[in-house]
Amino acid sequence: MKFEVAIDVMPRREISDPQGQTIERALPTLGFDGFESVRVGKRIAVVMEAETEAQARDIIEQACQRFLTNPQIEHFSYSLTVMQGTT
Amino acid sequence: MSTPEDLHRQLGLTDEEYERIEGILEREPNRAELAMFSVMWSEHCSYKSSRIHLKTLPSEGPDILVGPGEGAGIVKVGDLAVALRLESHNHPSFVEPFQGAATGIGGVVRDVLSVGARPIALFDPLRFGPLPVEGRVPQTVGERNRFLVEGVVSGISSYGNCIGVPTVGGEVKFEDCYSGNPLVNVMCIGVAPVERIHHARADGPGNKVLLLGSKTGRDGIGGVSVLASASFGDDDADKRPSVQVGDPFTEKLLIEACLELMEAGLVVGIQDLGGAGLSCATSESAANAGNGMKVNLEAVPRREQGMEPFEVLISESQERMLVIVEEKDAERALSICDKWGLAASVIGEVAAGGRLEVTDNGSIIADVPAASLGDGPIYDRPIQAPHWIEDLARQEVGASPPDDLGKTLLELLAAPNIASKSWVWEQFDHQVMLGTVVTPGHDAAVIRLPSSSERIAVSTDGNGRYCYLDPFLGAQHAVAEAYRNVSAVGARPIAITNCLNFGNPERPEVMWQFAESVRGMGEACMALGTPVTGGNVSFYNETSGSAIYPTPVVGMVGVMPRDVIPPPIGFQNEGDVIALVGMTSDDLGGGEYARTILGKIGGRVPRLDLGTEATNGTVVRRLIELGLVSSTHDCSEGGIGVTVAESCIAGGIGASLELDDELAPHVWLFSESPSRYVISYPESRSDEVIELVAGSNGHIARIGAVGGNELIWGPEIRLDLETLTATYKRSFAEAMGYAR
Amino acid sequence: MTKPQVGVVVFPGSNCEQDVVHAFRYLGAEARYIWHHETDVSGFDVLVLPGGFAYGDYLRTGAIAAFSPIMDSVRAFAHEGGPVIGICNGFQILCEAGLLPGALRRNTGLKFRCIPVQVRVETTASPFTSSAGEGQVLEIPINHFEGNYFCDDETLSVLERDNRIAFRYCSPDGETTAEANPNGALANIAGIISEAGNVLGMMPHPERAIDPEVGGTDGEVIFRSVMAASSLVTQG
Repeated sequence: MKFEVAIDVMPRREISDPQGQTIERALPTLGFDGFESVRVGKRIAVVMEAETEAQARDIIEQACQRFLTNPQIEHFSYSLTVMQGTT
Repeated sequence: MSTPEDLHRQLGLTDEEYERIEGILEREPNRAELAMFSVMWSEHCSYKSSRIHLKTLPSEGPDILVGPGEGAGIVKVGDLAVALRLESHNHPSFVEPFQGAATGIGGVVRDVLSVGARPIALFDPLRFGPLPVEGRVPQTVGERNRFLVEGVVSGISSYGNCIGVPTVGGEVKFEDCYSGNPLVNVMCIGVAPVERIHHARADGPGNKVLLLGSKTGRDGIGGVSVLASASFGDDDADKRPSVQVGDPFTEKLLIEACLELMEAGLVVGIQDLGGAGLSCATSESAANAGNGMKVNLEAVPRREQGMEPFEVLISESQERMLVIVEEKDAERALSICDKWGLAASVIGEVAAGGRLEVTDNGSIIADVPAASLGDGPIYDRPIQAPHWIEDLARQEVGASPPDDLGKTLLELLAAPNIASKSWVWEQFDHQVMLGTVVTPGHDAAVIRLPSSSERIAVSTDGNGRYCYLDPFLGAQHAVAEAYRNVSAVGARPIAITNCLNFGNPERPEVMWQFAESVRGMGEACMALGTPVTGGNVSFYNETSGSAIYPTPVVGMVGVMPRDVIPPPIGFQNEGDVIALVGMTSDDLGGGEYARTILGKIGGRVPRLDLGTEATNGTVVRRLIELGLVSSTHDCSEGGIGVTVAESCIAGGIGASLELDDELAPHVWLFSESPSRYVISYPESRSDEVIELVAGSNGHIARIGAVGGNELIWGPEIRLDLETLTATYKRSFAEAMGYAR
Repeated sequence: MTKPQVGVVVFPGSNCEQDVVHAFRYLGAEARYIWHHETDVSGFDVLVLPGGFAYGDYLRTGAIAAFSPIMDSVRAFAHEGGPVIGICNGFQILCEAGLLPGALRRNTGLKFRCIPVQVRVETTASPFTSSAGEGQVLEIPINHFEGNYFCDDETLSVLERDNRIAFRYCSPDGETTAEANPNGALANIAGIISEAGNVLGMMPHPERAIDPEVGGTDGEVIFRSVMAASSLVTQG
């Protein structure tokens, strides 16, 4: 089966996020009010092949923990959908 | 819940230390006070194991304006004050190399800023375990080492480039012992008008205490987490970051805002927040002025909710400075910070009477004599020479010559310890501020100073392998090599700073290495006229009970008039004479040839005569001053062979070397006898050069001539320039996995 | 003759402003800083957006600075024909502000690079290159992580058709080879000019190649050209 996976990587809450803080400070000066707790992460989009959904999830989680994120400063979440027309 | 008696041990305080705290307070310390004492009396903040040794170092001299004890040492160069500081960020860089190195730069830059100087140059002496290409360690270990190099270099690049301070020098060295414990040392140089030097003093009771910069989070407080209230729950560990993230943008604003505050004459005293955070900055600045301080913790801007008072007090969050201003100036100071978009708050005021009183929304959190926190215990720890020293010294290195000297030379040029590190320094902005007269890749960096007729030359050096074999002599070599590097560009060395990287001081053999290194360094600095302006001690550099090589690193500053042109390291003219200043003996022990070619760490460290070192340095400086030489290059790792090859590569021209009939070929080529320089000059200058050197009791010998497009030495070596250049320039990038 | 007046815009995080001021003064111009909160640029003959890391390069390089109060004044100054130079981060800001087309992406090598490069002067019909020779090769340092110029095909053909490519990365003998391209920039583009011809964005740092003691003198021709052009405007 083929899966479309979107992995969101975010700085962990307790870790300082200078980029988010700078953007938060800049927003009101540009006239965009009402924003708080701005944090900046990234999204990694992949298409992958696996026997089952459970196997796919297992692989993604391992890849995230060991390679795609730095667990000391980032955490991740992901969504996974089966691609149409694949078995 | 644990009793205070249990707690203090968990916090690393001995029973005696705890009793002393009770004596100072005349009562039991509360949790916050215990936190403050435990951090302030830690090895890192108190130098309790090293202090009795460090005070033996020479620290006075005609050029020294501020010696050890301040944020940075200061030397006088013309009408300017030049600040220098070298620090370590070893452990954080092992945990997370990018952020560890980045925040290391942030810290040392704030040290220099705290004495009133504008940071103008950075240097990074780095030590790692071997790269996979050397095959010295298991593949996975080698790959981890390579990952660390990549991360540390990127972190320095990211932070240093962003704050607009050029990174103009440093070293990258590899030894097996650094696999589990890399050394990331960072040096910063700053400059200020002499009359604008500032001190970490909270003078004038009633003056306001400002905290500038980033918000305070739960950074760097893992060690005292046992103090967290039981109510806080088990998932608390998650709330304490094990990695601190640097914010170079805020650091840049901090630099500019602090300099503007100082230029406007608003600053009574200033101190950076480093180890022990607010506890250290408030108590130390108050104690330095014989005062106390009232601190209102609720005024400290926080990054997250629910922080406990002790966490705010000892947090080591980055990019913060403490500034003392007169009450009438507080508003103006805040508005300057606001102009730069930098957060700033009044968090307290200077108080007479010497007590540090910390409150949080009216309730008393801590009340201690300000001076007591900095007045930690001092230990004279036992020392014991390690048993391995004699065995290592007896090891035979290099008795028989290699089969192919040319191939051996190429192998040395390709070794990560010797090959060009342009892959590293091309990732660093080494030009911003338009002051870099001599760029990375030379013996020493030369920097011009704003509106000054003087320039400074700076080199960082240290040879852990030598120190492992003989810490006394090894530390002397570190000073001597820096002296040589600074002299090779024509500058007169005037002072050093240091970073002393060692293992666990509670082990007598580590303490012996430390004591011997300090003794050696002190003697060398005395003999070469370069007092120690301060430094940093990094203990506990070990993994699984195995310590790093004792690695004292020296950062040396020299001065030269603007009209003296630093010669290039590369040969310049067809037909120029190549000569060696200094004498070559059988000194393969502990050297690069023994390590890289023979795979041996052992033998006797080369003898060093400090008088000869001074004489030869003076002679070379004089030759440069008179404009007699076309090129100069310090002769050290890899000996004459490597040095001459580097001069060929840098100049894009070949050389023919003459045979030596006293030493075996490989010894003559690769011996690392100290106090030597390879110089070149036109034949027409020969008499003048020889006369000058001989007249100064120096030793000079003609060893060859510049020319052609090959490096030739007798029948044994014939290497074309293209091969030499490609080997030297490409090997490091290739070893890092980048074929270019 | 009065000296050309150069205004150098300072954003929070700029770090080459002092070098640009030094370079222009070295060449005999008057140069002053303009804080990004200011809006009055009257009296200036040339505006420069210097290199650095405005707002820490956070979000996207130049993205936050492009909204600074000064940028409306820069835009108005440019509309009236005043010469504007964006160097490195300044180029990135000009692109984000819409004063120049395209964008600067991460270097293809995924590394920051601080090295001298050669660029070829592609047009001398601009106030920034009028003193140079057509095809002249200049050695000027680059110092960036995001210098990989990109624009769509249509924009590229317009830039080429209208002679708006100021510089291309080249080998020492002037060939625009792939090896000579330090960052993967489209068509080796190192610098471009606006439609009206008076806004220049370039990745290399000419201010680092003015003073012979540090970095050579090849950048001089760019600053001298714009100084000559501005004094013509002032006198005319």
